Amino acid sequence: MTVSIVRFGGSNCDRDAERALEHLGIDAEIVWHEDGLPADATGVVLPGGFSYGDYLRAGAMAARSPIVAEVREAAAAGTPVLGICNGAQIGCESGLTEGAFTTNESARFQCERVHLRVERADTPWTAAYEEGEVIEVPIAHGEGRYEIDDDRLETLENDGRVLFRYCDADGEPSAAANPNGSKHNVAGVLGERETVAVLMPHPERATLPDVGPTDGQGVLRGFETA
Amino acid sequence: MSLADSDRELVVEELEREPTPAEAALFENLWSEHCAYRSSRPLLSAFESEGERVVVGPGDDAAVVALPDPETGENSDTYVTLGIESHNHPSYVDPFDGAATGVGGIVRDTLSMGAYPIALADSLYFGEFDREHSKYLLEGVVEGISHYGNCIGVPTVAGSVDFHPDYEGNPLVNVACVGLTDADRLVTAEAQEPGNKLVLVGNATGRDGLGGASFASEDLAEDAETEDRPAVQVGDPYAEKLLIEANEVLIEDGVIESARDLGAAGLGGASSELVAKGGLGAEIELERVHQREPNMNAVEILLAESQERMCYEVAPENVDRVREVAERFDLGCSVIGEVADGNYTCTFEGETVVDVDAHFLGEGAPMNDLPAEEPDAPETDLPDVDLEDALETVVSSPNAASKRWIYRQYDHEVGVRTSVGPGDDAAVVAVREADTGVAISSGAAPNWTDAAPYEGARAVALENATNVAATGATPLAAVDCLNGGNPEKSDVYGGFRAIVDGLAEMCETLSTPVVGGNVSLYNDSVAGPIPPTPTLAVVGAKAGYDAPPLSVEPEGELVLVGDRALESGDARLGGSEYLARFDGSDRFPALPEEPAALIETLAAVADDDSTLAVHDVGHGGLAVALAEMVTPDAGLEASIPGDDPAGALFHEQPGRALIQTDDPEAVREAFDGVAPVTELGRATDEGRLEIDVGDDRLEVDAATIGDWRATIERELD
Repeated sequence: MTVSIVRFGGSNCDRDAERALEHLGIDAEIVWHEDGLPADATGVVLPGGFSYGDYLRAGAMAARSPIVAEVREAAAAGTPVLGICNGAQIGCESGLTEGAFTTNESARFQCERVHLRVERADTPWTAAYEEGEVIEVPIAHGEGRYEIDDDRLETLENDGRVLFRYCDADGEPSAAANPNGSKHNVAGVLGERETVAVLMPHPERATLPDVGPTDGQGVLRGFETA
Repeated sequence: MSLADSDRELVVEELEREPTPAEAALFENLWSEHCAYRSSRPLLSAFESEGERVVVGPGDDAAVVALPDPETGENSDTYVTLGIESHNHPSYVDPFDGAATGVGGIVRDTLSMGAYPIALADSLYFGEFDREHSKYLLEGVVEGISHYGNCIGVPTVAGSVDFHPDYEGNPLVNVACVGLTDADRLVTAEAQEPGNKLVLVGNATGRDGLGGASFASEDLAEDAETEDRPAVQVGDPYAEKLLIEANEVLIEDGVIESARDLGAAGLGGASSELVAKGGLGAEIELERVHQREPNMNAVEILLAESQERMCYEVAPENVDRVREVAERFDLGCSVIGEVADGNYTCTFEGETVVDVDAHFLGEGAPMNDLPAEEPDAPETDLPDVDLEDALETVVSSPNAASKRWIYRQYDHEVGVRTSVGPGDDAAVVAVREADTGVAISSGAAPNWTDAAPYEGARAVALENATNVAATGATPLAAVDCLNGGNPEKSDVYGGFRAIVDGLAEMCETLSTPVVGGNVSLYNDSVAGPIPPTPTLAVVGAKAGYDAPPLSVEPEGELVLVGDRALESGDARLGGSEYLARFDGSDRFPALPEEPAALIETLAAVADDDSTLAVHDVGHGGLAVALAEMVTPDAGLEASIPGDDPAGALFHEQPGRALIQTDDPEAVREAFDGVAPVTELGRATDEGRLEIDVGDDRLEVDAATIGDWRATIERELD
């Protein structure tokens, strides 16, 4: 099995995702977007970065690229797809997941470690955790505030498609622990199928033990369990 | 500004004719202070730039240093590149774009060497923080660096921010970049072979940034913010990111013979310097340059400082491959001419517009022999301040306060190499290619060099080395960014000469070669000259990527090493934040007698199993360093000997470190004969700092310290 990491012009966490997956023993390769999605891709990462410079709206250009149409087809057929940071923005822009990630409440880029509460442990991306477990993973974004209208958020929550919420060290999703003003502290959501997930925090930056904590490994292991 | 009369005479004598307008413009820019270092080069020979690790020294786009093999200590085949650049004047006129393009320039200098950029460090200097204009500049500069650096995916892992009233009319933005390359990938900016093609890759050339080099070589005028805006370029980090990746493919494919990025003086600067370094010339057809706007003339094409462009020397059979790669990354590409024997020539629409000897163009500028006046040593005039007030004021001063508001806006983790990030003494970046941790510290100290330029610059070098050693790394090499005022003023030039000599002396003492750098003069405005500011970026190496934390653990003893004042009872407060806040003057502290042994020993002790935490003592003195180590879960009880509490707590002698250890006796033994060791007290499991000093007892809890240290974020959030 080989996970395809889709590189757009401006992607900058593609190599990081590759290194992190390979550390976990998951085969991965970087795919240039113009070359199309390999037919035998067993999973897809939409990595972080600034695709097309984010000059229109974060993720908006990449969402309309031919390869993302192929990713959507693969996702519908059950191939696991994980969007991280800019990849999460692309996921929402392309309709893989609901809602949108927009400008942080601070209107500034924020790079820091945050706590996340695992809302469900019965998905491929969270099978390594307990429900309610608090993990520490970094964020690095200027446009990570999750927005969605109230009715759709309620449906999303009722359907159990909220995967992670920003919380304090004790697991409380408080306003103070919300780094960017996301609605209901939402940090990551599932698509229609639970094999599709997007999140703003960077699990690949919390995977390699030689540079720090490894709480993010469980998310990437989703490619093994999905 | 136009070519000075005396320079014009030299040019006419060499050419045996009047220069064409394009030649005159080239000479004006390439012979400017910014490009030709006419006032500083006579001083720069003070630096020792050679050493066993040095692969490429000064004079190329960036320096190259071999990392030691962690097993044998011999040079490995893995190299790091080091470069530093200033973007001072543009950042005053347009802080966002000025700072952003500063990042872009130093990253391209890294690409030129066949390297991939892995870390950035920014040292920033502004007027007093309580001035609205300083805050405006700070916000714009930080946002510009954040915008550009984050987008191109290079982590900003280290740096410094200082405030001083004399930067009011002229802030400084100094950016350093570390890149990764190896023996096979290395290329230089030295043209190799006549007949090879010169290929321009990257953004189209437009009429932006015309005359940037000469703009950087004058004092800032009062109306600079409006008048000089056209001289500032606008950056496009998306194009830079594409250029980084295209360069990576070209280097991996081995199709680049030599490379130079287009910076000051644009295409004319880059192409002429490239061929001059190889002792060659060039034949360039300017109309072949891909252009962004119509009807550009020869001078504009030659000198525009449009960003995100590289000039490559490519063998004729590889040109198609370069075109193909450029096209894949949506980058413009034009074959503009070739390397040739003889002169550097440019034609435009059939007419020869430049025909000069490239070496004369690059190296022919006469050096300035300027009068220098030694600065006076200050007299001693100490304020009388309540100790508790002093503690709060110094810990919360913008210079000592937390810089989290700033580095939080920088992506400091992209690349998954960052083991120790900003906010610590030095950053540590994992170079897994060589199993080596690369430590990076960058900064200067305007209060120090303002009070005592020579000793202050020695102190800056020692301070950066101490930061690196506090992570357990040994300094490898350094690059400097020497910022000064108008050198035509003899006292300014005297101060500048003193920082050059001081920096050179301490780097040589520490066996840390200064392998490259940048000089920025004319940082002068109606508000007066800046303090002479020698930013030094030091990189060190260690086996592995772990470093002891800065924060204290709730166990073990606390030891201070290297403090000469506690040993002798003669604390000197010159250059301290304490005197800056409370007005006063004093002599500058005496520096350690054995700095090289001190650094070596500190690096070894930091890596010892019994060491729990290490923190460099620098800006703000011992009081600030102690406060920074306290957390909500662990505190310190310190008893400081002597009868001069203010002196002991606030003097800023560099080359000191606080070490929390299980084995104070081992620390004492390690430093025996190297530096004084003072046992100060112990760690506690309460988040409080308790200091007994003289007849005073100071107590403060972690929450209050956190509140004091939040000066910058409280004001700007």
